Amino acid sequence: MTALLEVRSVSKAFGGVVANRDISLTVPDGAIIGLIGPNGSGKTTLFSSIVGHHPIDHGSIRFRGREISRLRVAEIARLGLLRTFQQTRVYGQMDCMRNMLISTPHRDEGVFDMLSRHSPAQVEEAERLLAFTGLFEKRFLMAGDLSFGQQKLLEFAMALMNRPRLLLLDEPTAGINPTLINGLIDRLKRANEEIGITLFVIEHNMRVIMDLAEHIYCLAHGELLADGTPDQVRGDQRVIDAYLGAH
Amino acid sequence: MSRGEILILWTLGLAASALAPFLFPAVITQLTFLWLMILFALTWDIMGGQMGYNSFGNIFFFGIGAYACAVIQRDSGLGWHLAFFIGMGAAALLGVAAAAVLGSGILGLRGQYFAIGSLGLGIAGGEVAAGWDYIGAGSGLSPPLYPGALGRREIFFYFLFLALALICFLALRRLYGGRFGLAINAIRDDEDKAEAMGLRTTRYKTVAWCISAFFVAMAGAGAGNLIGFIDPRDVAFAGVTFGVWMVLMAILGGKGTLWGPILGAVIFHITQELFWTYLLGWQRVALGFLIVVIVVFFPTGILGWLRERHPHLFGEAVDAGAGTDGERGAS
Repeated sequence: MTALLEVRSVSKAFGGVVANRDISLTVPDGAIIGLIGPNGSGKTTLFSSIVGHHPIDHGSIRFRGREISRLRVAEIARLGLLRTFQQTRVYGQMDCMRNMLISTPHRDEGVFDMLSRHSPAQVEEAERLLAFTGLFEKRFLMAGDLSFGQQKLLEFAMALMNRPRLLLLDEPTAGINPTLINGLIDRLKRANEEIGITLFVIEHNMRVIMDLAEHIYCLAHGELLADGTPDQVRGDQRVIDAYLGAH
Repeated sequence: MSRGEILILWTLGLAASALAPFLFPAVITQLTFLWLMILFALTWDIMGGQMGYNSFGNIFFFGIGAYACAVIQRDSGLGWHLAFFIGMGAAALLGVAAAAVLGSGILGLRGQYFAIGSLGLGIAGGEVAAGWDYIGAGSGLSPPLYPGALGRREIFFYFLFLALALICFLALRRLYGGRFGLAINAIRDDEDKAEAMGLRTTRYKTVAWCISAFFVAMAGAGAGNLIGFIDPRDVAFAGVTFGVWMVLMAILGGKGTLWGPILGAVIFHITQELFWTYLLGWQRVALGFLIVVIVVFFPTGILGWLRERHPHLFGEAVDAGAGTDGERGAS
């Protein structure tokens, strides 16, 4: 498998606080990769660096062989690298269908596409993806009126609508009730296998990430602590110490 | 409503609008101003309502339009009608150009920062115009008089503003029903999310302001002639009257809806005329009181208020799966 995303010695500090120090990792094309670590270990900062939310201090980030660390958020998104947010973000005053329809890819959008209407094919795809995430019945409800868990599913569906190559998911199961979690894991796997979207997932729920990811990176205090298969990481004494606060 | 009923309502509405100046010749100027107010409210709502960028600077394009048209009428030496329509076209072009140039700078501001930044635009426009001799400086500019017979002038401007308002409304309805409407709504709801999804937010924002400026500048071109005298601060860059009214009307009717600004403009214009007629001396107090009532009791506007109580009237689903397809774009 070729590397879809390559992060090389990335560092990022906010004033005196070093959030990421010299982090290198690789996300192969077609894989599901996990990112774990205690609170404040710099996981979300790393995601924000990758999607161009803030400039990095040092290092290089390559996506599909192209250096993206100097590009802006929207440009990176149009290359096919998308993220979802820890605090779910949907367009609250629009119904689910409209949330979906505005999430179509913006890659080849010309000036005159602004004035166009959505095609029946796009409507169909939006409905199909809403059905895929179990939100079809809710499609004409305002996104802001959905429960937190449903908004998370909607955000996931919107991301799929955008047809990314790589999707960064920031705690996809946080705040979702346990019965829904199994369904969500199943859908993440299907998105990976059937649609071919590579996933890079931050997750606190160990059961979820062990089940989902084939390779896991663990951060602690802004540094890469360990990486390996789920079993290797689970058995790694340094990871256990980091989570139990031995540092 | 079925398609047939909508068609009948439209026919009746258009017929009433076309006949009104002949049935009520005494109030034809007020009716003309009503269309102008509707234009103000509709164009403000593109930015303020649909996109969530409260602009106090739209009056800037109104002033540009008024002056551009009057200068061409004054200097071109062409016949009145030809000069006027060329002037109007120039006003529209200049308005759009100004919006495109200013937008690239000021649209980077968000929320209240944009509101204050745009407020500065209107004020600056008035000050510049009041100091520029070429356009009459502080003593203003009078466009050439309409050449037609007595009474024809009023009819001409009535139908001019009716046509402008109608074209503006239809254009916006088309735009809101498609990708453009969705995109600016998305910017309103969460601009960072829209950017994270790859939306070209700057482009959409600039185009939204250009569309706004296009219609406001043409309205300015017409209004300069309708009023007959362009004062830099009280007519062209009239931030405290027109500039504030356009915001109020859109909010009163329900910002972010297609019909809300129209409803707001009608109610606002009628109450304002009534205040001026029956409460002379206290009209500004009454107007201020009206503003307070609007903001306190109808923060989401009349249509917004109705929408909260009777969502099904607006084609919104209250229960899961109860939504209706078709004709959903124009609510």
